[in-house]
Amino acid sequence: MELRRSMLFIPGNSPAMLQNGGVFGADSVILDLEDAVAPTEKDSARMLVAHALQHVDYGTSETVVRINPLDTFGEQDIRAIVPCEPGALMVPKVQSAADIKKVAEWVAGAEKPGQAPVKLVALLETPQGIQEAYSIAQADSRVVALALGAEDYTASLGAQRSKEGSEIFTARSMVVNAAAAAGIQSIDTPFTDANDEEGLREDTITAKKFGFKGKLAINPRQVDIIHSIYNPSLADIDWAEQVVAALQKAEAEGSGVASLNGKMVDAPIVSRAQQILYLANLLGLRKETVE
Amino acid sequence: MKNAIGREIPELIDGFGQTVPFAGAFQTTPTMQRQAPKVKTIRPGQSKLMDSLEEVFKKIPITDGMTLSFHHHFRNGDGVVNMVLETAAKLGIKGLKIALSSVFPVHAPMIEHIKNGVVTALDTNYMSGPVAQAVSKGILEKPVILRTHGGRARAIECGQLNIDVAFIAAPAADDYGNINGVQGPAACGSLGYAFPDAEFASNVVAVTDHLVEYPLSPVSIPQTRVDYVVKVERVGDPKGIVSGTTRITKDPVGLKIADAAARVIEASGLLKDGFSFQTGAGGASLATAHFVRQMMERKNITGSFALGGITGYMVEMLEKGLFKKLMDVQGFDLDAIRSIAANPNHMEISANFYASPFNNGCAVNKLDVVILGATEIDTDFNVNVVTGSDGVIMGGSGGHADAAAGASITIVVANLLRGRLPIIVDRVLTATTPGETIDVLVTERGVAVNPRRSDLKEKLLAAGLPVKEIAELKSEAERIAGVPDSLVTGERIVAVVEYRDGTIIDVVRQLEE
Repeated sequence: MELRRSMLFIPGNSPAMLQNGGVFGADSVILDLEDAVAPTEKDSARMLVAHALQHVDYGTSETVVRINPLDTFGEQDIRAIVPCEPGALMVPKVQSAADIKKVAEWVAGAEKPGQAPVKLVALLETPQGIQEAYSIAQADSRVVALALGAEDYTASLGAQRSKEGSEIFTARSMVVNAAAAAGIQSIDTPFTDANDEEGLREDTITAKKFGFKGKLAINPRQVDIIHSIYNPSLADIDWAEQVVAALQKAEAEGSGVASLNGKMVDAPIVSRAQQILYLANLLGLRKETVE
Repeated sequence: MKNAIGREIPELIDGFGQTVPFAGAFQTTPTMQRQAPKVKTIRPGQSKLMDSLEEVFKKIPITDGMTLSFHHHFRNGDGVVNMVLETAAKLGIKGLKIALSSVFPVHAPMIEHIKNGVVTALDTNYMSGPVAQAVSKGILEKPVILRTHGGRARAIECGQLNIDVAFIAAPAADDYGNINGVQGPAACGSLGYAFPDAEFASNVVAVTDHLVEYPLSPVSIPQTRVDYVVKVERVGDPKGIVSGTTRITKDPVGLKIADAAARVIEASGLLKDGFSFQTGAGGASLATAHFVRQMMERKNITGSFALGGITGYMVEMLEKGLFKKLMDVQGFDLDAIRSIAANPNHMEISANFYASPFNNGCAVNKLDVVILGATEIDTDFNVNVVTGSDGVIMGGSGGHADAAAGASITIVVANLLRGRLPIIVDRVLTATTPGETIDVLVTERGVAVNPRRSDLKEKLLAAGLPVKEIAELKSEAERIAGVPDSLVTGERIVAVVEYRDGTIIDVVRQLEE
């Protein structure tokens, strides 16, 4: 499964930012045609983003384009952007499985022959969208992640947005659970105060505890902090290696049950350890301990 | 003939004379004596106070062809240069050489004085704005001499830049010529760049709008070197002299570069107790200080000193105990002025002390790390900070070449693409700082290490930094932005770029119209 620890929004109307989007090391860059772009600039931003997809090297970052809502410029965006081979589209304000089905149909119609299938990330930012999270997650095989957009969501709830986020407790739980049930990723809402590094750290720790696999970022400065939370710590890696060693030892001894520090190593523990090592290997974090 | 970095330098330059080509950063040994101005005396009761600049001109007297010097601590708020040149024009004086440590947009009236023949030569370390543009187009008959901050101090001390009259813009002075930079409406902090002028000029004039009772305290430039004091209505515009507080950039690309530069410093092994550091006030340079500071706090490191132009950010580091001393040749903001006036660990140093290569030791020699900018850098690591992409003069070395030569590690931070232009080229248009004194280039798309520093390269690779060959970074930039057409310049030389030791590292040629 691809890493999406951080998904960084890049305004689709800023040539300088589009050019540099790949240098921040985000797992995904989201070239934004929606909120970052004024209605009068939609056409030029669409052309810029299409051009960027074809000519800018985004390095290891996955390219995602946030299109406009389906009832505005969504279809136009899809027709122009999909043939430029983005990794995925982010669909805003998804309300139901029907929305995703419509998008999937448009995307299929716009893809060039032989093109790698364009994935979809559904942005849930309305009470109805949250309620329908599971059916949205299952609506099409292109959907690889559900993302939570808490600003619009709390606005339609009439709830006050806060830094500690108790007002989005339910939404977070539902998105994480629906995504997990459908076997796809869940991505947390962005932390909107780009100057509050400590606040971002706290909020990312919370998201990780909920089970989110990553977080949206609205400023490049947020990427490294988000990664620092999502990356396994050296202590985590150490523990995971001990689990695997204990397992191997038990197997070698023909024992059916492994134990570590007096505790039984059961299936959930093994699975968690394997996940940590998978991530650590992917990020090259084990190099030091191996050498 | 070609100098040591392959730049074509004529043996004889019209309006300049015989040249000595740059031979390498430490290849020139001085053989001359120090300059000594005439001994003077002042009798008890004799007044130094003059009613007007005009009176000073007549008293000295200032005549055709003399060299008048000025410091640039008032930056774009300076009023003194224009005032003095206006007086010279009024008195019909011609053929003056102006030795002003840096030229700013506020000095635009100088163009008229050049056209009228009042000014015929210019000697400076940095120039931007209308005068720089006019020089690039060939307004002066004689080429401008572009020096480094340390090189100017050297030229004055070694008798290569002989100053007839030094006009010292003085934020505060008493009637006997004691001067400081920390009091009065035009307070600018350190007066470091004025010290060599005051010490070696034949005549020294304090120009102030803040005349205080004798004796002034503290004293930066003493009465023993000052001939006359003139009170004027206003020496400058405080708004152009200092900014409020210098802030860390929010530009994400600049921050990315700064973060990588800080990690280069960490990987070098120099970031430990006793660490010494210099950085500029702009963009990624100051932001590097921010990331270095976080590392110092995390590792509980106490640095020895920070050097150069001082901002409020460095003052904060001093006050938080992250550095034991600041050595300040020029203050950039109000916090720097407040601090230098009150804190004995915030030292005022002269340009000579800071960076002159020909004395018994300058402060840049004690630097662990310096962070510098660049408008262009070539694949031999030679840096241009003089001319812009259009070939027009828009800066100058200032302390660039000095600090690069002195520091154990010199790091250039720069956006790989500036606008649509790649920053790395095969050959810089104007070489200011030789590649042998540049160790690392840090960009948003990777770090390049000078092949002379394979020791450093290994450390950076071991630390997991994205080390690439400079040619690799260059082609990466060209893949994005294409290869720009090279500029076509004319034959006539409009400026001579002097290395800090007095040899000629490059020339600037007039632009084709």
